[in-house]
Amino acid sequence: MTGTTSPLFGVLDWSSIVFVPAILRPGTSEFIAAGAGGVVVLGALAVAIWLTVRGWWRPLWSDWLTSLDHKKIGIMYVVLALVMLARAVVEACLMRAQQLVAVNGPGFLSPEHFGQLFSTHGTIMIFFMAMPLLTGIINYVMPLQLGARDVSFPLLNAVSLAVTAAGAALVMVSLVVGKFSTAGWTGYASFTEVAYSPGVGVDYWIWAVTLSSLGSTLTGLNFAVTIYKKRAPGMTLFRMPLFCWTTLCTSILMIFAMAPLTVATIMLAFDRYAGFHFFTDGSGGNLMNYANLFWLFGHPEVYILILPAFGVYSEVFSTYSGKTLYGYTSLVYATMAIAVLSFTVWLHHFFTMGQSANLNAVFGVATMTIGIPTGVKIYDWILTMARGRIRFSTAMLFSIAFAATFVIGGVTGVLLANPTIDFSVHNSLFLVAHFHNMLIPGLLFGMIAAIQFWFPKAFGFRLDETWGRRAFWLWVTGFYFAFMPLYVLGLMGAMRRTVEWLEPGYRPWLAVAMLGALLVLGGLVSLFIQLYVSIRDRERLAVPAGDPWDGRSLEWSTSAPPPDWNFAVVPRVTGRDPMTVAKARGLAYENPPRYEAIELPRNSATAPLIGLAAAVCGFALVWHIWWLAVASLVFGIGTIVARSFNMETERVIPADEVERIHQGWLESVRQMPGVTREREMTTANLGRAASQ
Amino acid sequence: MPRSFGFVGRHPVLPAYLIATLSLSGCSIDGSFFSAAGPVAEAQRAHFLSVLGWMAIVVLPIAIGLPYVLWRYRAGRDSGDYAPDWEFNWKLEVLIWVVPAVVVVALAVNLWRETIALDPYKAISTAGQEEPLTINVIAMDWKFLFLYPDGGVATVNEIVVPAGRPLRFRLTSQTVMQSFIVPRLGGQIYAMAGMTTELNLLASKPGDYTGQNAQYNGKGFAKQKFTLRAVSPEEYETWLGSVKSDGKTLDMAGYEELTKPSVPESPSVYASYPADLFKTVLGQFHGHRPADTPSQHSEDRIEAGSPS
Repeated sequence: MTGTTSPLFGVLDWSSIVFVPAILRPGTSEFIAAGAGGVVVLGALAVAIWLTVRGWWRPLWSDWLTSLDHKKIGIMYVVLALVMLARAVVEACLMRAQQLVAVNGPGFLSPEHFGQLFSTHGTIMIFFMAMPLLTGIINYVMPLQLGARDVSFPLLNAVSLAVTAAGAALVMVSLVVGKFSTAGWTGYASFTEVAYSPGVGVDYWIWAVTLSSLGSTLTGLNFAVTIYKKRAPGMTLFRMPLFCWTTLCTSILMIFAMAPLTVATIMLAFDRYAGFHFFTDGSGGNLMNYANLFWLFGHPEVYILILPAFGVYSEVFSTYSGKTLYGYTSLVYATMAIAVLSFTVWLHHFFTMGQSANLNAVFGVATMTIGIPTGVKIYDWILTMARGRIRFSTAMLFSIAFAATFVIGGVTGVLLANPTIDFSVHNSLFLVAHFHNMLIPGLLFGMIAAIQFWFPKAFGFRLDETWGRRAFWLWVTGFYFAFMPLYVLGLMGAMRRTVEWLEPGYRPWLAVAMLGALLVLGGLVSLFIQLYVSIRDRERLAVPAGDPWDGRSLEWSTSAPPPDWNFAVVPRVTGRDPMTVAKARGLAYENPPRYEAIELPRNSATAPLIGLAAAVCGFALVWHIWWLAVASLVFGIGTIVARSFNMETERVIPADEVERIHQGWLESVRQMPGVTREREMTTANLGRAASQ
Repeated sequence: MPRSFGFVGRHPVLPAYLIATLSLSGCSIDGSFFSAAGPVAEAQRAHFLSVLGWMAIVVLPIAIGLPYVLWRYRAGRDSGDYAPDWEFNWKLEVLIWVVPAVVVVALAVNLWRETIALDPYKAISTAGQEEPLTINVIAMDWKFLFLYPDGGVATVNEIVVPAGRPLRFRLTSQTVMQSFIVPRLGGQIYAMAGMTTELNLLASKPGDYTGQNAQYNGKGFAKQKFTLRAVSPEEYETWLGSVKSDGKTLDMAGYEELTKPSVPESPSVYASYPADLFKTVLGQFHGHRPADTPSQHSEDRIEAGSPS
């Protein structure tokens, strides 16, 4: 940021556009930055042209962006997450390449550019990949599993998505206009104060994260209320599928844990914009409080990320073993225990801040305690598979890889829980290896398994199994190659966020890690190819009856894809695994006694408009364009006010319409041959399971 | 309370194979507490290995059980033991909760003992009952300034210490938070502006040990390294004498120059530095009342680095 603030454009000027430095001061780093900016601009252009050519603008707006259907919102969350995942994986490969090249030499990236890369990589992976991905999966699956027609607050759901997307948009825009923070995903003060980080980078980070955090808070409230209030008759809490339990715990964590983050980023904004001294060096500021607030969010966040995947694994292990979940109650209590304990351990992120040994010891012990319920879960899953008939589908392979790999992360986690050991490996690549070891198997593999598992439900056709397996092998071997060397490097004294090494002994390990990163990239590409191949072959992979895996919970009892109203008649639940019970009794595709009209929320432009206002407001704040910030804020609030005058927010589906569609589906299902589990990956699978 | 290191190696579960696995031929892990050069790092390594040993109790059943179950119950192999409704067994239930709980209790006792014993603020006691050598550390962008209150000298990016004598580092920062570590001796502790933290270490044998800042602090972070040179007590005295006679003087103007963000080409030494420099550095973040500077440890209220 140089020079003066213009009333019209704030501190924005031509040299902020990423292509300008590449022309004025050409260099590898500048070209890479300009290339990335170019990809964003061209990508956006390509999508716009494609939508125009195919005439899809209108359907995009009326069927998707304005939809309040939890299923469509869920799918949009997942799409957002996959786009951001692609960017963050490419960034990871760039960083790996830089670190491999930069042994006793500067490499090809400037330290500034490298700093932006690890900051966007972390920020994106946590806030704009992991969070939207799990929120999307939960959005799609949880109401269906509960036997509900939608979440409790459909409009709020759409607003959460819009606000999260606005945050993601800010991170993408920072590739083209200006720079991003170099302070890592944690944004530690006082490095993020104006004195040390002038410029717009940290402001981009603040507003992107604040928007994501607001979106997640609203999502948490929405999910928790949905679980409390929207369960089908007979669906008591202890009859819910385990995925709903982990969703409940995650939602509660979101409600309480996002708040400290929002507070911390807003306080930091006050410091930067208004000359406050919350976290400054001196003048009464205290940077330690930033670390405290951040990790008060940050540690529960780890479990926000991991618990939904635990739910997915519970469903996947049980379904593909053809067996009920072992130790259901045990798993519920273990989940709850993890959720509660997750609020008692945040200090372990800064054992090295100089507090007393007693305090460190208390938090160290609390941290290790989480190992107990986590261990129990792994045993429960193994016992779920024991005495079953295990089918090695792609979803199952990812889940097994998780169980085996997560254990290694658990061991290193217990090591790090010891302050004594942490003193030596804190901030090192050992730590980097540890949290990737938790989050890749503990979150990403789970979400990939979830996509493999529920995709046929959402779109009516299975995903291609061949490419799924290729993706599996690449992801898993890639993970081991990429991260096991980092454990070793950490034990050799290599610290995180290092742009250049002075130690030639690191090179072989860095080379192995580079290979791993490329394998992971291959895994990601395979997933996209899998999607393409599956859409191409969708006729052959179709499972319209909706139960391709001999599923156990309610979502498998409706068509694939389900109607807007999910269930023609709200199911009555009498026990756990209701779909398995219904199939065993031959009642899965019976006619309901009677049909009733169904009320559904009407589409609304409110959420996309609020999202637009949020993105513009964030951008205006980043660039100090005050008039625009005020205008977009007024516009956003005006949208909410205008919405409150809209009294016709529901549409009614007449009973005969519901009956016609449901009967049509039932007729076709009854004529379908059931498929045995041996043939579930063949064209014989139409989504109806053969009775055992 | 001085630290003792008698517990090293007394742990019941310390299978030799762990060490063997971790030092696979050709993959020597060098440069951290695995190649310990002092009692703190040695204790950290021993603790590390003992935790691994204990964790084996929880991990081995999974490492064996998971592949076994996958093989034994795979679809298509008619095991004759298919129980789709089997969901609970009390004996197993007790086992899967109790075993991890017992291991965690053992680990917790271990953790507590080690954490207290290896408190970085605790002075290290040696057989000779030597007084610790105090070194005040001022973290800067992107270098460390070391003050020797006893010797009256100062250095940048190089510390020379007598091997075998306890070292007491008192740290603060002139800038953003940094983290001070000498991996082969032990570490690490944050250095924060306006505050002091403390780290006690000891280098057992003469040698050059790399130290660094471990907390990212901007462009020069990757190069913020220094050498801790442990020498014999006689050599240390010789070094001190040579610095005093040959070194430059560090005055406040020179200090101001140092505070500018830069990566020094090479280490430098100073024959003297302003009295109360450490205190002054702390005080600048507290208006002009350096006496009020809070310390991280209550029993350790400030009497910051005035050369005696």
